Amino acid sequence: MLTPDTAARRDTVIAVVVFALIALVPFVADTYWLRLGTTVLMYAVLALSWNFIGGMAGYPSFATAAFFGLGAYAGGVAQKFGVGMWLAWGLAGLLALLFAAALGLALLRMRGHYFAIASLVVAEVLREIINSATDLTGGGMGLNLPLRAGQSVEAQADFFFWTMLGLAALAMAATLAVQHGRLGFGLRCIQQNESAADMLGVNTTATKTSAFALSAVFTGIAGAVYASWVNYIEPPDVFDVLYSVKPIVMVLLGGAGSVFGPLIGAGVFLGLEEIVWRRFLEVHSGVLGLLIVLLVLFLPSGLAGIARRRAKASTP
Amino acid sequence: MSALLELRAVSRRFGGLAAVNDVSLSVNRGEIIGLIGPNGAGKTTLVNVITGVHPASAGTVMFDGRDVTRFAPWQAARAGIGRTFQIVQPFPELTVVENVAAAALFAGGAASIREARSQAHQHLDFVGLGDLAHRSASALTLAMRKRLELAKGLAMRPKLLLLDEVNAGLNPSEINQALDLIQAIASRGVTILIIEHLMKVVTTLCSRVVVLHHGELIAEGPPTEVMRNPKVVQAYLGKRYAAQAEGATHG
Repeated sequence: MLTPDTAARRDTVIAVVVFALIALVPFVADTYWLRLGTTVLMYAVLALSWNFIGGMAGYPSFATAAFFGLGAYAGGVAQKFGVGMWLAWGLAGLLALLFAAALGLALLRMRGHYFAIASLVVAEVLREIINSATDLTGGGMGLNLPLRAGQSVEAQADFFFWTMLGLAALAMAATLAVQHGRLGFGLRCIQQNESAADMLGVNTTATKTSAFALSAVFTGIAGAVYASWVNYIEPPDVFDVLYSVKPIVMVLLGGAGSVFGPLIGAGVFLGLEEIVWRRFLEVHSGVLGLLIVLLVLFLPSGLAGIARRRAKASTP
Repeated sequence: MSALLELRAVSRRFGGLAAVNDVSLSVNRGEIIGLIGPNGAGKTTLVNVITGVHPASAGTVMFDGRDVTRFAPWQAARAGIGRTFQIVQPFPELTVVENVAAAALFAGGAASIREARSQAHQHLDFVGLGDLAHRSASALTLAMRKRLELAKGLAMRPKLLLLDEVNAGLNPSEINQALDLIQAIASRGVTILIIEHLMKVVTTLCSRVVVLHHGELIAEGPPTEVMRNPKVVQAYLGKRYAAQAEGATHG
């Protein structure tokens, strides 16, 4: 039986080793692989973020696209007004955090399907607002971001890979801290039985709102980094509902509520996408839907769940 | 003796239904008080009013010198009002010790998760579940789950513990064990309000009982006295039987 302290230490060591290995990728890979790697890392950030509210607290949030798009536009608009890139990314994270905290106080009163539907609407509302605020955001014309002058294509690819890696490492560190700390304990209680948690002294409103805000901050920064990476954003792109759906599939694939599940899920999912998807261009969404159904039916606790079941079966 | 809990003209309405109507009651420090009444009398609703699950529609709830009428459940828990549930409510996928540690951490004022776990182990030893600490809570039998509820209640370090039918569904030997446990908890200085259907439990444990009927307080006093009160007999057994019983005693 692992004590909680040794489990925390083991998880930290694994995380450090994994991220150190990923950091070596730019030394061996070409720009195609770097682009794919950056995408995997970006989705790892989104999946780790969703895990706070969806996995740990058990609230099926579809607000990821809202936070992603909000962050992308906050970063883009800030840079349009001459704010430096790093500061703009920070502002994007802050805005997403405050937005989620305010939104959480209203939405997190609902549970289950009701919460899911309400959170799904948020991205649509933001998309419409940004579409109509043409002076500020360029509306449907989209928004161009400043190019990073004087850098080769390869150097830029390296730069964004390492930036996304750094962001994923931050999200991973936050996951470890939360999972093994007081907040994560409170979230697990809420996920199991919210009214019982309330009775035992868990401040459920504050706990859920913290999880929602945590899930927004990294997603918002990821949106801003994405905007700088691709240099051009438009509302249908960054508020795409797939930004809400894919991280959920990744977390379910990897194992909801587990520490490394989201990371594994992001890697496996984008691997599948790269290998299988382009052969099914026409029925792309159909295959995605089929995958979700199969996951829910046959793998409710994800790939991490298989490992856990194996471990359980081997101990008498 | 000073009052630990005081209800002043407390009512709780659900639409047109007064589930609790104008109840005034005071619970002294250190006493074990019984709350009895027929099914649907409003006993559990009264507990829910005290713990903030369904805040009072009218009246005031004073606890330990503070007005707790508008407290949310988690605030009441931290203020020192612990409760167990009639229908046991464990966190099924957490281990037994984690269930108790949650109570110690969030309501009992444990400084860290590690401290909460060590306190939880002590409480589990006390209720006799020490050997099952690392089992999943969903693997426990009903009697064990009731004990787990008691351990959770204790871990909250309550000044007042509200026990909602902790003996329901237990067999006689399990009930005797539970009685010993409740007395041991009381001897630690915890004030206890116990909702109970089994008169044996009430007469063994309680120095005083209050009777609730249709949301109103109809009698109060020592158990044996209250059981002879015609209003109480009528509430439980109906008017005709009460009249017969009355006739039998006086005729």
